[in-house]
Amino acid sequence: MKRTAFTNQLLPWLLLAPQLIITFVFFLWPAAQAIRQSFLREDAFGISTQFVGLANFKALTGSAQYLNSLQVTAIFAICVTVLSMGVALLMAVAVDRMIRSTSIYTTLLVWPYAVAPAVAGILWWFIFNPTIGILPYLLEMVGYDWNHMTSKSDAMILVVIASAWKQISYNFLFFVAGLQSIPASLREAAAIDGAGPVRRFFDITFPLLSPTTFFLLVVNIVYAMFDTFSVIDATTEGGPAQATNILVYKVYFDGFVGQNMGSSAAQSVVLMLIVIVLTVVQFRYVEKKVAY
Amino acid sequence: MIENRPGLDFLAHLVLILGVAIVALPVWIAFVASTHPPSAFVSGTIPMLPGPDLITNYSRMLGSGVSSSGTPPVSTMMMNSLIMALMIAIGKIAISMTSAFAIVYFRFPFRNLAFWCIFITMMLPVEVRIVPTFKVVADLGMLNSYWGLSVPLIASATATFLFRQVFLTIPDELTEAARIDGAGPMKFFRDILLPLSRTNMAALFVILFIYGWNQYLWPLLVTTSSDYYTIVAGIKRLADAVDGVPQWHLVMATAMLAMLPPVAVVIGMQRLFVKGLVDTEK
Repeated sequence: MKRTAFTNQLLPWLLLAPQLIITFVFFLWPAAQAIRQSFLREDAFGISTQFVGLANFKALTGSAQYLNSLQVTAIFAICVTVLSMGVALLMAVAVDRMIRSTSIYTTLLVWPYAVAPAVAGILWWFIFNPTIGILPYLLEMVGYDWNHMTSKSDAMILVVIASAWKQISYNFLFFVAGLQSIPASLREAAAIDGAGPVRRFFDITFPLLSPTTFFLLVVNIVYAMFDTFSVIDATTEGGPAQATNILVYKVYFDGFVGQNMGSSAAQSVVLMLIVIVLTVVQFRYVEKKVAY
Repeated sequence: MIENRPGLDFLAHLVLILGVAIVALPVWIAFVASTHPPSAFVSGTIPMLPGPDLITNYSRMLGSGVSSSGTPPVSTMMMNSLIMALMIAIGKIAISMTSAFAIVYFRFPFRNLAFWCIFITMMLPVEVRIVPTFKVVADLGMLNSYWGLSVPLIASATATFLFRQVFLTIPDELTEAARIDGAGPMKFFRDILLPLSRTNMAALFVILFIYGWNQYLWPLLVTTSSDYYTIVAGIKRLADAVDGVPQWHLVMATAMLAMLPPVAVVIGMQRLFVKGLVDTEK
């Protein structure tokens, strides 16, 4: 809000119109439909619908498949977040030691951000292909029979690696920026007091990096929960035996393939609540920073 | 540097080189696979060095594609991707700028309500409202069109916030000077705000272009006619179709072409890209 505002009354609405119309037609209206539908049940032919209250939600809490999907999503999100943030932090700390080669390494590490998750999925799917992939070939030498089409854990590892791979560059950039904002004097003081590099990292650098870490934690969880649909669809399609059927994939599958509208809508509503919680966490706590 | 430890420097380089290698590995393997004839994949061991068929494979995919898979030539799909990405990026920037202008520079009833309506879009990613949104687009007859591909994705709270922040840092004196000189709001917008936010627009454009190009779920749903397939969504159809007789060299050539434009944008405009990334997360 500016001190010197313009006084026109119609013009601001004209300026806002495109954004608001798109928001209403493609965001708010569909969201309202999803909420409405979550309280309804259609018969098998989609002819009549009846109000069933919270029955769709009750059905979800009693559905073994849905609870499994919740568990799969939690494991998946945690693994992707920890893996991509861990690798990125390691490389950011290494780059932080460099003086001349920082920009070369940065260029070499940031480009996977631009690779579509679907393409990342296809690439890793090829590498892990049980018959001609390079990694199953190497794993066979150490006696491990890789097959993500039959083994649940293999499938999970595949989608976690493909999703985390793409996210490393994003985390790396923010960790590097975070590390650069830590005053060198603090680390120098610790060095003079006789703290070695490992001690300095855990007692000084890592605590001071916590605002960045916390911010990335939220961003990565959101990414793993909502942006990885295409990784799943391009590789495992939720299988084998539901082992990689994360929540967003299940909403799509139940809604489009299974045509179970009530259940799909109820799942959408649950997901909306999750996003709202994550957004509120992001805005309330990340804005203020975790300060020391 | 705090102290001289050659051992640690060596270790740091080692970690980074390993990291770069791991990050590049999948793309290298895809590239190698895309340069071999189909016979290279029958033997069971994958080649690790490029083969002789680079030009054959790529020109085949760009020119004619795999007709049996029902996907159009890759050049058509890339064109569709380009149109969609540009429409999304430019559309988002345009409507977000005008919205931010309205919210920052005007006082009118329900201003806060309008702001909150835009804010809410952040909490409704397409994945969670997918079925009803598809119905709306189908009812509007927007399936299989560039409008259907792009318009439902161009509302953007993030971009609106970004421009709001930019406008808030522009000194009030400029507005006052413009008004004294008799400039109306639209002239002020065009001659002062637009030039002053040019760098922010460029940085945002880089991020949004990548976002648009990499869309997957939405194009998959709204395109049933192969004329409108985008390359990122088309790869899956191609890979599925050739699964019976794996034509890995062609799938991987398509994957390489699908990542080429956004990766080139990131590498070529690295500074703008980093700025855009940091700006949009404020």
